[in-house]
Amino acid sequence: MKHRLLFTGKKLIRMVLLLLGVSLAAFLLMSASPLDPLQTNVGQAALGTMSQEQIAKLEDYWGVNTPPAERYLGWLGDFVRGDMGTSLLYRQPVSTVIGQRLQNSLWLMAFAWVISGVLGLTLGVIAGANRGRLADKLIRGYCLLISSTPAFWLALLLLVIFSVWLGLFPIGLSVPIGADASSVTLADRLYHAFLPALTLSITGVANITMHTREKMADIMESDYVLFARAGGESAPSIVLRHGLRNVALPAITLQFASIIEIFGGSVLVEQVFSYPGLGQAAVSAGLGSDLPLLLGITVVSAAIVFGGNLIADLLYGVVDPKIRRGAAKR
Amino acid sequence: MEPILQVKDLSISFTQYGRGTRQVLLPVIQDLSLTIRPGQVVAVVGSSGSGKSLLAHGILGILPYNSHMAGEITFLGQPLTPKRAEAVRGTEIVLVPQGVTYLDPLMKVGPQIRKGRRDQKARQASRTALKRYGLGEEVESLYPFELSGGMARRVLIATAAAETPKLVIADEPTPGLDARSAQRVLGHFRELADGGAGVLLITHDLELALTIADRVAVFYAGETVEEADAADFTAGKLRHPYTRALWNALPQNGFVPIPGAQPGPGEVGKGCPFAPRCPKQRPECLSPVSYRELEGGLVRCLYPEGEMV
Ligand code: SF4
Repeated sequence: MKHRLLFTGKKLIRMVLLLLGVSLAAFLLMSASPLDPLQTNVGQAALGTMSQEQIAKLEDYWGVNTPPAERYLGWLGDFVRGDMGTSLLYRQPVSTVIGQRLQNSLWLMAFAWVISGVLGLTLGVIAGANRGRLADKLIRGYCLLISSTPAFWLALLLLVIFSVWLGLFPIGLSVPIGADASSVTLADRLYHAFLPALTLSITGVANITMHTREKMADIMESDYVLFARAGGESAPSIVLRHGLRNVALPAITLQFASIIEIFGGSVLVEQVFSYPGLGQAAVSAGLGSDLPLLLGITVVSAAIVFGGNLIADLLYGVVDPKIRRGAAKR
Repeated sequence: MEPILQVKDLSISFTQYGRGTRQVLLPVIQDLSLTIRPGQVVAVVGSSGSGKSLLAHGILGILPYNSHMAGEITFLGQPLTPKRAEAVRGTEIVLVPQGVTYLDPLMKVGPQIRKGRRDQKARQASRTALKRYGLGEEVESLYPFELSGGMARRVLIATAAAETPKLVIADEPTPGLDARSAQRVLGHFRELADGGAGVLLITHDLELALTIADRVAVFYAGETVEEADAADFTAGKLRHPYTRALWNALPQNGFVPIPGAQPGPGEVGKGCPFAPRCPKQRPECLSPVSYRELEGGLVRCLYPEGEMV
């Protein structure tokens, strides 16, 4: 137990360092951005009609005149005290914006994560256990096709087929247009999240399937599977008893590592479906020079990804007898 | 007594893709014949790469799907068809593999010995088998990585013995063990044979094989080049030049290395596979050499040891 606590503590320190690095990198990129916040947010024409005083005020608001180091340290100081600042674009506290957006995105990502995980594992195990046979060829063909298809293109395709032609799903947004927030039901949310989630799942499945297949095929060629066959175990029993057991560890790693891909994918997909999630907010924050929001989103998403990896490591300790028993002896 | 296992003219080959889509048939074992009677330990001795492990897989019917097997295998008087092999492997015919990598690393020992059965009878059988090899009940709840090399070997033998098999195939069961533990492990196979089973011992170690085997077949480049009673070997009565070379390579017999290398699958010509390394080679050796009887044994050589020409 002590061992595990130490392990978690070390991980947490690493997480803090990582978050610091990530936020600094995001800040530097934003500072180096050639976009002028005033021109992009206020517009060339509007700026032309303003007085020097007004422009100076706006420049102050967008932080144009503050030295970068001061800006970053100021943000960091507030952040450590639990204040993520105010979004310049939305004129709301960053924590509120992220809270809302994250809620929308979590629906989407959780759905895609579970579907791609379950489906990817199943397909990967089937393909790996039947390597070289028809089932494997079909599954591999599907994966190759999908992984060579850009996610946004797939999103557009699904949108055209299901929303435009068939009219089965809404074209965008996360809730019905004009609906009162209190009247939105869970069904509404799922209905709106379906197509974007489907897009994310379809692309996510390919990756997980291919990796699982690889592991499974290795397992099927292992000495212990040979010995199980020599011992008279049937093929299905071998897959269930030895295959799944041994594919579990790499599957956990894969599953939690895929969070980052789903995150990345969601940025594009939310854009196509005009789904008001975290990814979409990140894009507008980046383009609109909304520094507090961008840094907030960067830190929160990095923390989620890191948290995922941490969970994977801890689960490893539970599943792998080598770690479990090793820790028990200490 | 009716033989337990009879192998006649067994050949195993693999399909490989050569250049482009051209398929090449790669022979690994050719015309192998072998008989095992109840109570006998028959050793197949050959250096690594001679294809001897595939003999075990062939008998068990677990060759990879890109392989072909020809010839006859008879088990207890009945042809051992793929279907029958499937039915008897793990119960009447058991394999004792090389080492701990043949155990599922994430499964406890107990369930592996019981092969998923949970009934009282299976539990009893696995405990008895473990006890027979000096292992306690607690070993059942260990994971393979918690076993020492010698313990793992005994667990593997216990797995085989738990089934009261008729034929035990031991595939290189001693590497990595010191001489005494290796001797003890081999002793367990002798016991199984003395209990009435047939034991096929596949090994690279001629010296160790001779300590327990009744009969020895020497394997070279996919062919048996000599088969004789173990007593002949211990008495220094050897027939084939390769066997002689193996014998001389043993530490106590001079440690003389054999020059050259064993040809791999597909590199064997029509004639004697040992010809390139044989000191007695003659031009006739480059055409096919038949397997023939010689003084109570079998040999595949035109000019065997001890035969006057
Ligand atoms: S057949 Fe000829 S080459 Fe082959 S082992 Fe005998 S003597 Fe040597």
